[in-house]
Order: sequence, then structure tokens, then C-alpha cells
Amino acid sequence: MPENVSSLIAVRDVKVHFPLDSVGSLGRLLGRPPARVVKAIDGVTLDIQPGKTLGLVGESGCGKSTLGRAILQLVRPTAGRIFFKGTELTGLNARQLQQMRRRMQMVFQDPYASLNPRMTVGDIIAEPIEIFEPLRGEALRRRVQELMRTVSLNPAFVKRYPHEFSGGQRQRIGIARALAVGPEFIVADEPIAALDVSIQAQILNLLSQLRRELGLTTLFISHDLRAVRHISDRVAVMYLGKLVEVADSHEIYRRPLHPYTQALISAVPVPDPAVEKTRRRIVLTGDVPSPINPPTGCRFHTRCPYAQERCRAEEPPLVDTGGGHQAACFLLEEVSSGGAARDSAA
Amino acid sequence: MGTPLLSVRNLQTSFFTREGEVRSVDDVSFDLEAGQTLGIVGESGSGKSVTSLSIMRLIPTPPGRIKGGQVLFGGQDLLKLSDRQMRAIRGKRIAMIFQDPMSSLNPFLRIARQLTEISELHLGLDRRAARRRAIEMLELVGIPDAARRIDDYPHQFSGGMRQRVMIAMALSCDPQLLIADEPTTALDVTIQAQILELIKDLRERLGTAVILITHDLGVVAGMADRVAVMYAGKIVESAPTDSLFARPAHPYTQGLLRSMPDPLQEVAELYQIPGLPPDMTRLPPGCAFAPRCPHAAEPCSQPPETVAVGAAHRSACWLNVRSETRA
Ligand SMILES: Nc1ncnc2c1ncn2[C@@H]1O[C@H](COP(=O)(O)OP(=O)(O)OP(=O)(O)O)[C@@H](O)[C@H]1O
Ligand SMILES: Nc1ncnc2c1ncn2[C@@H]1O[C@H](COP(=O)(O)OP(=O)(O)O)[C@@H](O)[C@H]1O
Ligand code: SF4
Ligand code: SF4
Ligand SMILES: [Mg+2]
Ligand SMILES: [Mg+2]
Repeated sequence: MPENVSSLIAVRDVKVHFPLDSVGSLGRLLGRPPARVVKAIDGVTLDIQPGKTLGLVGESGCGKSTLGRAILQLVRPTAGRIFFKGTELTGLNARQLQQMRRRMQMVFQDPYASLNPRMTVGDIIAEPIEIFEPLRGEALRRRVQELMRTVSLNPAFVKRYPHEFSGGQRQRIGIARALAVGPEFIVADEPIAALDVSIQAQILNLLSQLRRELGLTTLFISHDLRAVRHISDRVAVMYLGKLVEVADSHEIYRRPLHPYTQALISAVPVPDPAVEKTRRRIVLTGDVPSPINPPTGCRFHTRCPYAQERCRAEEPPLVDTGGGHQAACFLLEEVSSGGAARDSAA
Repeated sequence: MGTPLLSVRNLQTSFFTREGEVRSVDDVSFDLEAGQTLGIVGESGSGKSVTSLSIMRLIPTPPGRIKGGQVLFGGQDLLKLSDRQMRAIRGKRIAMIFQDPMSSLNPFLRIARQLTEISELHLGLDRRAARRRAIEMLELVGIPDAARRIDDYPHQFSGGMRQRVMIAMALSCDPQLLIADEPTTALDVTIQAQILELIKDLRERLGTAVILITHDLGVVAGMADRVAVMYAGKIVESAPTDSLFARPAHPYTQGLLRSMPDPLQEVAELYQIPGLPPDMTRLPPGCAFAPRCPHAAEPCSQPPETVAVGAAHRSACWLNVRSETRA
């Protein structure tokens, strides 16, 4: 059992490694490990409390979607354990897992690839309901239309096909489908990325409302830090398969401790040309390292303005700095006083 | 100001669906000077992508059709060119980065092949040189381990990496006009900042004009010289960037600006523009924004005129007409 039993979701030291080269059947027989692996998730421990929203942010390719998919067991972790209300998902067989599916749903990142082009919108939304509930005919039709209204889709569109919608409209279809069977937990992977701002506000308000009214627990994956700040109770920042900082959302924006979080927050575009012209950004130099051969020690050291010798050799653990504000950096003191980053800010 | 590089005049593009005609782009006009950046923002489905696809002559026909107007590029009407002439312009003089990288990457071809194809076709490079250039381009857009990952297939890349591959493809022929349709939508901010820097850099280095389509008013604030706001197939407001943010004139623009989460302010609920996005097959007869507009009144059942509300600042709303006549 996880030590924190009150968590709806508990993730314990989870790793997801994808083999890059096929090992071959003989190699597999001999138990030979594949030569190279992508360490998409490389040791993550995390809790989500019931009814709360955890925002997950980080560089593209850092493993956010993989973590979301691992929690839902859409990809099986290489190591570690995942609990849903105390039930170990990582220990369930396929049939048991299928029963859990209606309680945990996903809104996908790519509204183009995730909708079947040959099904009407109505059928797409009805599909999960038909799998899990006896609802049919007129009652089913009414539920579908209600869901469409919930996500600000015109119910008159019910017989249309996905290609007849623009990207934002398609993402709303995906959200309606995820909500269709009344899940307790949803992983929303970039759910508002394809939406224009007026609808983003509606969907963010919708997610807040769902959380209030249904007690829906959410993992909200997004690159939009403004939205994450607004929607999340807590925010987790990920870098190359590891968490570098976790804190309450107002705290992390007011007082980011990790150099990477600081760079992230400083890169958020501000809808004010005067601010945009004058603001100083922490510009991260260097490439995003490959998760195949992640840097030794602190994975951020190749881009970190504070990096020192020790950072190249040792891996900083994620520690609680007080009040549930966790960060993984050796030089928290110096970073919070801001010396090096300010000097190198553009 | 000389002749603009691109001058779109009264462009009309429709899709003919079972529900009837969808006027995706309805009488859209704008100019773009060489080296300048125009930001186009608006509701999803408002016609931003169809505008750019019309310029590129990539409208799927049927069901779509460019019904009228002109797309003058360097003085030449692209709508009058043969398909062959257009192919010579597309990808070379005008390049486009799409909203959805998977739609323009072939899932069955290695990244290498997709990149070398363009430079072999347009720059006449041989296989080896094309491959060298492809690796350079991937490095330029920040793909780690480019020399090795170039032999991967698109599905082996994360969403953000695919978008960078797309940009590498678009930039490989030094285009005069880059149309970037939501290029950073799926990316996290440090990469967004890098990619916007990349576009700025290309723009300055080569004098490339840019049409930047985005729903992020923060992005246009930092990138665009001018901004056009689209709603239901029409440009409802256009202005120099500073002017648009300082004095938004159209109720839709005002709503957009108010509905953005402010990281410095904690609010339980965001301001939201009420209502549903318009059903493009059943638009109201007058102002298309009327069903969602807090100021809608009687005259709004007639299509509003577009009037000047400031220097090079135009808005299509009856409120503006009234205040103008009062002034
Ligand atoms: N099926 C797979 N096979 C091999 N590698 C994979 C697979 N899925 C993901 N990866 C790799 O794992 C890493 C993490 O990918 P993931 O999709 O989780 O990133 P992400 O944080 O969601 O990125 P983005 O913000 O771009 O969506 C990347 O290096 C990616 O290339
Ligand atoms: N292939 C198509 N078939 C039918 N309608 C389409 C097609 N492509 C776009 N449309 C419609 O045209 C309008 C404008 O779409 P688009 O330009 O993609 O919007 P956006 O501003 O989000 O880029 C929308 O109402 C959309 O549904
Ligand atoms: S541990 Fe070192 S390299 Fe890592 S973030 Fe802290 S200062 Fe930078
Ligand atoms: S014309 Fe009328 S309905 Fe349209 S934006 Fe102006 S006030 Fe609102
Ligand atoms: Mg992802
Ligand atoms: Mg579009």
C-alpha cells in the first residue's frame, strides 16, 4: 500500500522505458536487455488528492503524456507501482483493468488522430456509454446531446463527421467522450491547446465546475502555464522523465525554486505588447538532451545557468523544502537569491 | 510603403456541405509588406486556416471552392496560376507550417526522406547534400541527436518534435513568405519561446514576411506588427499591434482580451464570452457576433460596416460607426 492512503492517485517510483532496438527472440530468450532504451519516465513519485487538479508541465518530449498514459495503464510501467484509491493498478489483469476504465478516462492531446473519421460525432460520444451502460435509443440520444451542450458543441452537429469540424471543435468532442461515462478521474492531455481563448476560458470554467460539482479529480497536462496556474491546485514540473518541482499553484508562480521552473515562468508570453518589448527572459541555451542518454547527475545541468561540478556527478533528490513545496536542486539557496540567472537573462 | 508583398483582396472561400454553403472566408482583405508580420487571431472555425490554405491554393475541391477575390503575391494573382506554376511557388517562395504536424508528415516515411525530398526538388541538391542539409535544419530547430534521429519515423517523435521537423521542412528553401498556422500551439513555453525566436531570426535574416496564425494573444503581442481578428469568416478588427491591445474597439476583441487567465491574479472564474461558436451554415443575417455580444442592439441585425477607429485601425461594429458619427 502507498503510505499516503488519502490519495486518489498514488504513483510510486514509476519508470517507463521504451526499447529502441528490437532485442530479437534469442536475446529475449537469454534475458538480454535491449541495447538502448528511451527513458520516458525515470522514477516518478506523485500523489493526487481526491477532487483536486494537478497540473503537469514541462518540455515537449519530457514524458508528460507517457506519465498520464501510465497512470491509466494505457502503457504498462517498466517499474514502480500505481494506485487508484488504494487499488494497485499495476497488479491488475486485463479484465480487472477493463472494469476500472470507466472510472478513469483520458482526453487526448491530438484531436485529429484520436477521433474515428468514419463515425459521426453522436456515435463517438455514445460509444463509451454503450460499452458501460444499458442506455439506448432516445435516452442515449438525449444524454449525447446533453454532453454536447456541456462542452459547448451545438447539438445540431450530432450527425456530422470529425473532418467537418475545426481543431477546437474536435477537441470538444474528445472531452464529451471522456465525460460520457461519469469518470472519477480524468487525464486531460493538452485539452485546451487547440482551442481559441474564448473557448479555453469556457473549458477551464467547465473543468473547475465539474470538479466542484462532481468532485472530479484531474491530471491536467498543458504547456500553457497561464491555464495551469488558473486550473490547478498543485503543479508538477517535469524535466526529462523526472519531476524537478512540485508545489501549490499560487506558491510555484510566486516563488519558483528550481532554475527550470524559473525559466518556464519567464517564457510565458504576456498579452501586452509593452510588457513583451521590455521584459527580460531567462533564455535557456543548449539542446534538449535525449532521453536515451540523459545527462549524468542533475539532468538539467546542460542548460542550467547555475550548474556546478557537483551537478554533473550527483542526482539531486526531490525534497520537501517546507509546506509541501518540493524541489530537486542542490543550489536552492543560491537560486532563490537569483544571482547567476539574472546575469544571464537576455 | 511600396507594393505589398501580399495583397489579399475580397477573398471568398466556401465549402459546400450537406448542410449548405459554409462561407469559411467571406470577403477578407489585407495587405502584408515584405518583412512584416501579420498576426491572425480568432475563434476556432473562424476561417484562419481556410484563409491560409486559400493563399496556398490547398483548398480541397470539392467540397471547397475559392469563389472570388484576388491573392496578389509580388503583384501576381496566385488564383490565376496553373497548378504547375503554383507548385513551383509552394514550398519554395511561400512555405507553410500547419497546425497539425501529422497532417503534413507522411507516417510511413522516415524523417530523412521527407526533408530531403523538398531540397532535392526545389534546390536541386543531390542525395548526400540534401541529407547533410536536412541534418543541419534539424539541428537548427533543436532536435537533439539529429544525425541519428533523422532516420526515425514521425510516430517516434513527440508532438513538439514533429512541429520542429515541420519548421525545418518549411525553412529549408528560404521562403519569402512563411505562413505559420498555430505553429506553437502544442509546445511548451520554453520551446515556444525558442521557436518564436527562430521565426523572428529567419524573418530578420532573410526579410521573410510572416503570417502568424494563433489563438494566443500573448504570442501576437510579442511577434506581430499588425493583428487581424477574425470571426465567422470575416475580419472584424485589424490594427497595429499596440493600438489593438491598448484600444480594442470590437466587442469580440474586448471579450478575448478579458477572458485570458492572468497569472498575477487569482480568480475563481474567468470572464468567458457566452454562447457557442457560430454554426457557419446558419449565421444570423446581420453581425455574426450578435448572439454572443453584450452590446447587441437593433442595428446589429444588419451587417456592420467596417470603419476606421484610429490610425490604420479598423473595426466592423455598429458601436464604432455610432461613436464615429458622434465624434
Ligand atoms: N511508443 C514509443 N516508442 C518509443 N519512444 C517513445 C514512445 N512513446 C514516447 N516515446 C518517447 O518518450 C519520450 C516522452 O514522450 P511523451 O510523448 O511522453 O512526451 P510529452 O512530454 O508528452 O511531449 P509533448 O509535450 O511533445 O507531447 C520522448 O522521447 C518520445 O520520443
Ligand atoms: N474540408 C472541410 N469541409 C467542410 N467544412 C470545412 C472544411 N474545412 C473547414 N471547414 C469549415 O470552414 C470553417 C473555417 O474553418 P478553419 O479555417 O479551419 O477555421 P480556423 O479559424 O479554426 O482555422 C469552419 O466552419 C469549418 O467547419
Ligand atoms: S542541481 Fe545544479 S544543474 Fe541541477 S538545477 Fe540545481 S543548480 Fe542547476
Ligand atoms: S455590431 Fe452589434 S452585435 Fe456586432 S459586435 Fe457590434 S454591437 Fe455587437
Ligand atoms: Mg504529450
Ligand atoms: Mg485552423
